[in-house]
Amino acid sequence: MWLYEKKLQYPVRVSQCNPRLAKFLIEQYGGADGELAAALRYLNQRYSIPDKVVGLLTDIGTEEFAHLEMIATMVYKLTKDATPEQLKEAGLAPHYANHDKALFYHNAAGNPWTAEYIQAKGDPIADLYEDIAAEEKARATYQWIINLSDDPDLNDGLKFLREREIIHSQRFREAVEILKEEQGKKKFF
Amino acid sequence: MYSLVKYYHPYISPFDPCPPMKVKSYRTPPNLYIGFQPPSLPQFSPREALAHGTLWPIFYSPYPGKGKEEMTRE
Amino acid sequence: MNKTMPPEYYSMLEEIQAVDFVLVELTLYLDTHPTDKEAIQQYNYYARQSKKLKKEFEKQFGPLLQYQSYSGYPWTWDDTPWPWQV
Ligand SMILES: [Fe+2]
Repeated sequence: MWLYEKKLQYPVRVSQCNPRLAKFLIEQYGGADGELAAALRYLNQRYSIPDKVVGLLTDIGTEEFAHLEMIATMVYKLTKDATPEQLKEAGLAPHYANHDKALFYHNAAGNPWTAEYIQAKGDPIADLYEDIAAEEKARATYQWIINLSDDPDLNDGLKFLREREIIHSQRFREAVEILKEEQGKKKFF
Repeated sequence: MYSLVKYYHPYISPFDPCPPMKVKSYRTPPNLYIGFQPPSLPQFSPREALAHGTLWPIFYSPYPGKGKEEMTRE
Repeated sequence: MNKTMPPEYYSMLEEIQAVDFVLVELTLYLDTHPTDKEAIQQYNYYARQSKKLKKEFEKQFGPLLQYQSYSGYPWTWDDTPWPWQV
C-alpha cells in the first residue's frame, strides 16, 4: 500500500501570475513522457521483472507520484486566481470550457492521457531500456518547458525535476548492469 | 573529462527562410559517462542536495534555459 | 478570515524536505548498491534525523503522515494547508 505524506518533495514556488505557463506544464502531468505515465509504467513493470530490480522500480515509481504532485502544484498556483478573461488570453479557453480550473490528465496539445504511452514487454532488458528512454525524454521535455518559461522560481522547481530524471536514468542503467551479471546464470552439470 | 553540451554546425542553405542558427547544441548529461556509480563519492550537504536535485556533485548537470547556447544566433 | 502559515512552518518544512531528499537519494543508490555499508549507516542516521524533525514539526503544525501520525482534538489530519496550497 501507499502512505500519503502531507508535504511536497521540493518547495515549489511560482512568482508570476502567468496562466500561459500552465498550458505547457500540463505536458508533464498527462503527456506521454509525463510524471503520471512514468509512475504507472514503473509500478506496473514491477510484477514481471527479476526480484533484484523490483525495489528500484517501486522507489522510482513512488518518487514519480511526488513529482506529479509538484507539477499539479505549479498548475494549481498558476491558475487558481486567474479570471476567465485571463485564461482566455493564456490560450486556456478550450480547457476552461470543459473543465473550469480542474486539472485534467492531458498533454499540452489537449490530447487525453492514454495507456498507450507506457510499455510493458515483460522482457527485463526491453523494459529497462524503455525506462531509460522515458527518463531521457522526460529530461528533454523539462528542458523545452524551461526554455518556454521566464519565471525564475518556477524554473527552479523544473530544474530540480530535470535533475531527478538524470538520476533515475543512471539507476536504470545500473539495473541493466545488475541483470547482465553472471551470477544469475542457469547452471548445467 | 566530458562536457555536458555538444555543439554542431548545421548545413545552411541560401534559401532558408529564417535567419540561420549557425551553431546548434544538445545536452549530454553525466549519467552517460559515469557507469556504475563507485562508492564514497563526495556529497552535498542535505540542503545543497535538495537545491541541486542530487546528493552527488558528480551528477549535477545545470540547465541554464533560454537566452543561453541553443537559443542564440550568431 | 484566511489562514496563512508563519515563517517557521516554511523553514521547518524545508529542513525536513532536505533530510528526506537525502533518504530518497540513498534509497535509490542502495537499491543498486545493496552492500555499501557506509551508505546504509548514513541512511539510518538520516532516517533517525527525519523522525526527530517530524516530531517537532507535528507538535506545532499537525500530522504529516497518513495512518501513522498522532492526532489532536478535533481531528487534525484534514486541516489546511495541503501541500499544493502552501
Ligand atoms: Fe523520473
